Amino acid sequence: MVNTVVGTDRVKRGMAQMQKGGVIMDVVNAEQAKVAEEAGAVAVMALERVPSDIRKAGGVARMADPRIVEEVMNAVSIPVMAKARIGHITEARVLEAMGVDYIDESEVLTPADEEYHLLKNQYTVPFVCGCRDIGEAARRIGEGAAMLRTKGEPGTGNIVEAVRHMRKVNSQVRQVVNMNDDELMTAAKNFGAPYEVLKQIKEAGRLPVVNFAAGGVATPADAALMMELGADGVFVGSGIFKSENPEKFAKAIVQATTYYTDYKLIGELSKELGTAMKGIDIADLTLEQRMQERGW
Amino acid sequence: MVKIGVLALQGAVSEHLHHIEKCGAEAVSVKKPEQLDDLDGLILPGGESTTIRKLMLKYGFLEPIRAFAKKGKALFGTCAGMIILAKDIEGDTEEEESLGLMDVKVRRNSFGRQVDSFEAGLDITGLDAPFPAIFIRAPHILSVNDHVEVLSTCDDRIVAVRQGNLLATSFHPELTDDYRMIGLFVDMAREAKVKA
Repeated sequence: MVNTVVGTDRVKRGMAQMQKGGVIMDVVNAEQAKVAEEAGAVAVMALERVPSDIRKAGGVARMADPRIVEEVMNAVSIPVMAKARIGHITEARVLEAMGVDYIDESEVLTPADEEYHLLKNQYTVPFVCGCRDIGEAARRIGEGAAMLRTKGEPGTGNIVEAVRHMRKVNSQVRQVVNMNDDELMTAAKNFGAPYEVLKQIKEAGRLPVVNFAAGGVATPADAALMMELGADGVFVGSGIFKSENPEKFAKAIVQATTYYTDYKLIGELSKELGTAMKGIDIADLTLEQRMQERGW
Repeated sequence: MVKIGVLALQGAVSEHLHHIEKCGAEAVSVKKPEQLDDLDGLILPGGESTTIRKLMLKYGFLEPIRAFAKKGKALFGTCAGMIILAKDIEGDTEEEESLGLMDVKVRRNSFGRQVDSFEAGLDITGLDAPFPAIFIRAPHILSVNDHVEVLSTCDDRIVAVRQGNLLATSFHPELTDDYRMIGLFVDMAREAKVKA
């Protein structure tokens, strides 16, 4: 027998590295999951409702019905992710026990804990978390997140917040990389970031985990823009199945993500796609309605 | 200097580029089939095999890569790349073609889901000490024919093989800081170049 170890950082972060350059799509049933897989998605996120419908429905948004997650897992061979509420230990453990491939500790759902996030390094299953700046990114990595994504503003079809968050994190990473060693502790204090994680970022010259774009991607050009800004890949939530022609949209977004600097191609891919999801101006949302404000 | 490409449609591309450079070769990210012309070797990286296959088909990579292999140039598939190189993919329901270059039968996700993904120190033919192998939703090889040399097994499952100018592993050498496996491949590409 060969001596094997599961759930190591390399195995958890490596899984996210295999998703690079790809598109992860929100789905609410097996049928949508198959459409996503057929279009070339690298993974699907199994949900009860996409973020724009969660917005509309209001009330408390929780982990999806396990039957939906199971149905999706049985329908496709690509990895299946699912969302647990921030700080909800039991939802996360249930999803892990079901064999979900990745858990999103997500601000799209109503937080279960307004003070503490999950201690993600205690789990065998890897986690992805949202971030808006290097402090939030480093805190989540400190807790054991193996993958990051921008928070953006979910369910709006408006890319502006994802752009803000991606630019901010990357600009702060560049600052840290260029700092002198004796400046790091003060930076840790100012960013609200664990010192050890900042040290790793400085030494590696980049974040130690991949960082995807999420929260507002609605078109192939949006996906390509986020790649241009340095995203490692893209999550598309409501953008695909709330568009007029999901199959076409899904395929176009996958190809635009791979060939994000081939502008002629992106122009071709964007032709006659039909209507994208209806968007929301961020200014029309009150602070309480902004999901990105959830998490600490 | 040998020039090695990494198929850059999706997956762990930058990791492979880094390893290639560490092994003293020139590394190129390949997004268009015409880029194959001046390469000595090509790596099919880990990623999602279904995604990579679809993009390879859509953007016309299958025939140019088959021609590349026929010229005797070196090819290395890791994880998803191994699946794509295989002639026989168990239970393949995809009507779409794959590369089908290696005389092996593979099983996808054969070690289980992500919670079962693991690390193990493996003995590999051609390497002097065990290699830290990282398996992520990994495939394994169910059977090979006489032309295929088995380089390593993990609990009786075939996880590394060579067939002439073709190399494949179930695991991800590019996720470690051990450059010996890519080094082995760069040597293969160098030998092929000398022969040509």
